[in-house]
Amino acid sequence: MTQAQLQEGANLPALSEEPGVRKWRDYFSFNTDHKVIGIQYLVTTFIFYCIGGVLADLVRTELKTPETDFVSPEVYNSLFTLHATIMIFLWIVPAGAGFANYLIPLMIGAKDMAFPRLNAVAFWMIPPAGLLLISSLLIGDAPDAGWTSYPPLSLVTGQVGEAIWIMSVLLLGTSSILGAINFLVTIWKMRTPGMTFNQMPLFCWAMVATSAITLLSTPVLAGALILLAFDLLAGTTFFNPTGGGDPIVYQHMFWFYSHPAVYIMILPFFGLISEILPVHARKPIFGYQAIAYSSLAISFLGLIVWAHHMFTSGVPGWLRMFFMITTMIIAVPTGIKVFSWVATVWGGKLRLNSAMLFAMGFVGTFVIGGISGIMLAAVPFDIHVHDTYFVVAHLHYVLFGGSVLGIYAGFYHWFPKMTGRMLNEFWGKVHFALTIVGLNLTFLPMHKLGMMGMNRRIAVYDPKFETLNFICTMGSYLLAVSTFPFIINAIWSWMYGPKAGNNPWQALTLEWMTTSPPAIENFDKPPVLATGPYDYGMSHGDDEEVEKVPLSDEREPALAAGPNSALRADPDPKVAAHPEDRK
Amino acid sequence: MQSQTIDPAKTALNYHHTEAAAHHEEHPDHRITGLILFLVAEGMIFFGMFSAYLAFRSVLPSWPPEGTPELELLLPGVNTIILISSSFVIHNADTAIKKNDVSGMRTWLAITAAMGAIFLAGQLYEYSNLEFGLTTNLFASAFYVLTGFHGLHVFIGLVAILAVLWRSRVTGHYSSEKHFGVEAAEIYWHFVDVVWIVLFGLLYIL
Repeated sequence: MTQAQLQEGANLPALSEEPGVRKWRDYFSFNTDHKVIGIQYLVTTFIFYCIGGVLADLVRTELKTPETDFVSPEVYNSLFTLHATIMIFLWIVPAGAGFANYLIPLMIGAKDMAFPRLNAVAFWMIPPAGLLLISSLLIGDAPDAGWTSYPPLSLVTGQVGEAIWIMSVLLLGTSSILGAINFLVTIWKMRTPGMTFNQMPLFCWAMVATSAITLLSTPVLAGALILLAFDLLAGTTFFNPTGGGDPIVYQHMFWFYSHPAVYIMILPFFGLISEILPVHARKPIFGYQAIAYSSLAISFLGLIVWAHHMFTSGVPGWLRMFFMITTMIIAVPTGIKVFSWVATVWGGKLRLNSAMLFAMGFVGTFVIGGISGIMLAAVPFDIHVHDTYFVVAHLHYVLFGGSVLGIYAGFYHWFPKMTGRMLNEFWGKVHFALTIVGLNLTFLPMHKLGMMGMNRRIAVYDPKFETLNFICTMGSYLLAVSTFPFIINAIWSWMYGPKAGNNPWQALTLEWMTTSPPAIENFDKPPVLATGPYDYGMSHGDDEEVEKVPLSDEREPALAAGPNSALRADPDPKVAAHPEDRK
Repeated sequence: MQSQTIDPAKTALNYHHTEAAAHHEEHPDHRITGLILFLVAEGMIFFGMFSAYLAFRSVLPSWPPEGTPELELLLPGVNTIILISSSFVIHNADTAIKKNDVSGMRTWLAITAAMGAIFLAGQLYEYSNLEFGLTTNLFASAFYVLTGFHGLHVFIGLVAILAVLWRSRVTGHYSSEKHFGVEAAEIYWHFVDVVWIVLFGLLYIL
């Protein structure tokens, strides 16, 4: 089919100069194009991020003073439960899937995902699940047993809210399982001819690792939730000690999912960072294979360390020892990644634009979160600070300083590809500055609070913690403010931003070899890969041996040759040059 | 090339009806791979529940808890034999369609469906005769939830087989070249069987 026919088939005007531009209406329809679905994911999850952020600021407002002077303790419980559930299940996990949906087929030179309609189904499970969860607030019976929903507490508090929580999380879990199947089959079967696994961009490797753990661990949570639902609604006592059940079994099943889930939440963004750093440092990635295989190592180790969340739950000593050691071993593949990133940036010709700033902010703050993670892996230390704000600080450094900064870096890096327009750099940098200050202001004092012994999930605290809590609360307001430049910048640039051209960053991976935004089936013909990804400035011998693919009249489908081929392939050097280089 | 009117036949969904469908006919192995990965996920749900069952068993001082009536083995034993045999029967359907023997495939599938229905009926009959209910004790709860969850999967497999039969009759959908539906139903049915063997061992024998 020609592009014009495809456009018409997808009910779009065929604008020859902008083949991939979509009407806003498409984003509200059951569309099977992976690019539409990717943007649907990203925008939807960002809306949930804003809702979860408002809930977080309400929690922090309550904690500004030691007394309960803002909301009642019951409402407070619902607020932090919903905040965590929304941020984890409706923002970070599906945002990773959003990037994967958008990028994987482009990066491997495929037309679409392996199962386009299944892909759309997986997305359309998310909005109803999210609305269901938020509706529990409106009926006044929101879940309030924490995002872990530990029985027997979750069995004795609000019944309707808890049932809604189970239903919603089951739906979201199903969605991510279907997504994982799709990613694995797509990467496995649909790479462009000639692309070996060792030529895949690192983001694809990261998604292989992420999808594998999604596939293996999410169903176990589903099993636990089904049993919990029976306890809640049918009167069985699997996890209820009053009827002979064992709540520790729930904890094992829950963490068998939810520990690997932290890698589901961070591995995609490890992948994104590995894409972004070499492009903006103008250097090939250091240790391609080490980064690729360390993702797999992390996903394997992630599956066998779950009980380190249960050091204080009364598991036997030898088991604690096993989980302590395996948990610490995860620092090795993670460290390999961090050192590879540093070595990539080291001596590079850095372009300090917003995407690069967020990527480097990611590495810095993630390292802090990683180090406090190793501290928590040690049994004696964990027993000391368990369920204190030290844990809250650790997980927010990893999930906010890691995942969220990674999402932002990805937004800034691929926005030109997704919309065909550039974001405003000045407001991007303002956004970065506010975010990095706000996040450290919010979460750094929490380490100290935890060491001093402040419990998490409690609305009332000792007045000696007041100053630090006040700083945290102010930081959280700053974080709320920091999203406004981003939102306005994104909307304004999408409509009026300068045209980006096909390859504004002079990147070498395949997604930059097609138009911005990409046309409906991405490439006219399967693109040909002549070198590995990220070979910036590397010599690859004789260029003439490489078969050059003729360029079509509208857009160039192929990475035709070796070094700097992207530069040569771009038809319009004025647009192609990086904005900073244009000056 | 501006298309001004919206023709429902040319929606975005319709485009993939043609393109993706054509793509999948070229690459049926994608769908098999996807199905197998899906069954891996399904298997992990059962793995989680079985592990929970074993954990309950090891935590409680006596298992099954005091006062649980002995399980009758005759009916579930016969049921097991029927279900395992049906796996061989459905394999014949697959062999038949690969030889382009459509009526043979329909016959074998119909027999499989009948055997599956007998299994489900037998399970319901067993439920009605048991002397314990869902909430009697932990063993009873686990028994009903695990066998019920498996029964649900048998039911889904049954629906899949009937759907294949229906499509074969109404649209003449399957041939020696195009037989993904038959293969998928077969793989799913084998999966349900394997799970039952583990489940039977855990609940009735161990």
